[in-house]
Amino acid sequence: MDPLHLSQHISRQFNSEIEDVRRQVLAMGGLVEEQIAAALGMLLDRDAARGTEIREREREVNAAELAIDERCAYILARRQPAASDLRLVLAVVKMLADLERIGDEAKRIAKLAERLVGEEGGTDVTASLAELGTLARGQLRGALDAFARLDENLALDLMRRDRQLDEVYTALFSVLVERMQHAPAQIPVELDRLWCARSFERIGDRCKNLCEYVLYLVRGKDVRHSGLAKTDAREE
Amino acid sequence: MATTMQPPDIAATPDLTAGGAIALELRALSLWYGPRQALDAVSFGVPARKITALIGPSASGKSSLLRCLNRLNDELPECRFEGEVRVGGANLYAKDVIVHEIRRRIGMVFQKPNPFPLSVYENVAYGLRLSGMKARRELDASVEAALKAARLWDEVSARLDDSALVLSLGQQQRLVIARALAVGPEILLMDEPASALDPAATLRFEELLHAPAQRYTVLLVTHTMQQAARGADYTAFLHQGRLVEFGDTDVLLTNPRERLTEDYITGRYA
Repeated sequence: MDPLHLSQHISRQFNSEIEDVRRQVLAMGGLVEEQIAAALGMLLDRDAARGTEIREREREVNAAELAIDERCAYILARRQPAASDLRLVLAVVKMLADLERIGDEAKRIAKLAERLVGEEGGTDVTASLAELGTLARGQLRGALDAFARLDENLALDLMRRDRQLDEVYTALFSVLVERMQHAPAQIPVELDRLWCARSFERIGDRCKNLCEYVLYLVRGKDVRHSGLAKTDAREE
Repeated sequence: MATTMQPPDIAATPDLTAGGAIALELRALSLWYGPRQALDAVSFGVPARKITALIGPSASGKSSLLRCLNRLNDELPECRFEGEVRVGGANLYAKDVIVHEIRRRIGMVFQKPNPFPLSVYENVAYGLRLSGMKARRELDASVEAALKAARLWDEVSARLDDSALVLSLGQQQRLVIARALAVGPEILLMDEPASALDPAATLRFEELLHAPAQRYTVLLVTHTMQQAARGADYTAFLHQGRLVEFGDTDVLLTNPRERLTEDYITGRYA
């Protein structure tokens, strides 16, 4: 699927450079998604051993970020891309930063999960955290799909779906505050759960950024800070 | 309408740089060389005191269009022309237009520098003398001003009497610009003016474009997208004699309206 004709340059070399960058971004996104899945697993299964896996993935994610950044710099310097090619490179450079930060959030959740392994109680909270984590992971997978297929409708749909994540987070926040009020001795544990929830919510926000870059790439319009309503009402 | 062009009264038209925002207006301009159509109903306004780049593949009509604006096609047999070119409100092809006066007001710089086989000084003074300037002091001042405007003065001030032909290509191209600027044109047409220059000379040349652009309207034919990107405020894309898209260079290079423009500027055009 290539609605922007990204693989139809006269220069085959350029086609393969562009294709490589897209493939590398998707591979990096896959690693980050694995980090989220592992962090979520640690929370749900109380399995501290997966922390190592997340840290290993983080090294790979960081290396991928540097490698793709370098490729983008080469393309800018050597190809001096224009129009959709230029937008692709700009979008990728911005996506890298968000993907890397999503990985950082996953690492943060993993650290908190290590501390929470021995804590009892809070089944309902864990269920909400699982829901948040699953939503966040789904958002990332969707954003990567939207990028792979250059699918603006999917990107828009995901941006709308972020509200769902916000709602679950807000509800969980209230529950946790209530629990802290009733059992002040448990505040440190509940705070750890709250930071986990906060990280999942931030992952959702960063996925929304990824979708905005996809829209910029496809439409040629920067939709950041414009509000979803305006984004939806596509200007012609 | 055949191209039997005669005397203009364009000199009597209002000062182009003082008037509206459009220096040159093309209205449904079509051009044929014998049976071959080179331009097909091209219409757009060239903004005053801005740099406009004309881009497009070979044989898209860029140079033909430029030549129309300086009436260089007049002498070509079998050249036929339709439409209108308006300069400051006057028709460039009106019967009473004086062609050499047009060429004073609308200067042309070609792909290869074409200095006269005269001294550096005489190259610049040539047009001034033709226009009636005789006093040596006045000539000296005008030559110096034109060479300074073309950013060449510092390099040639000590050798004004040397032949222009010994200058480097980059210097020759700036000398040709000085020659064009000396007679006080309002519009400068440039046909791939940097294509024979090395990268440093190209940058020096482009730097020069920016300064006069505040006073002159520049219409520049270029094959290199980067030159349009670096220098032009507006860009027009021609394809097979038709205007595909015209607009702000920043917009055209990041988010063109037309698929054809996108394919051309991203190297997808075959």
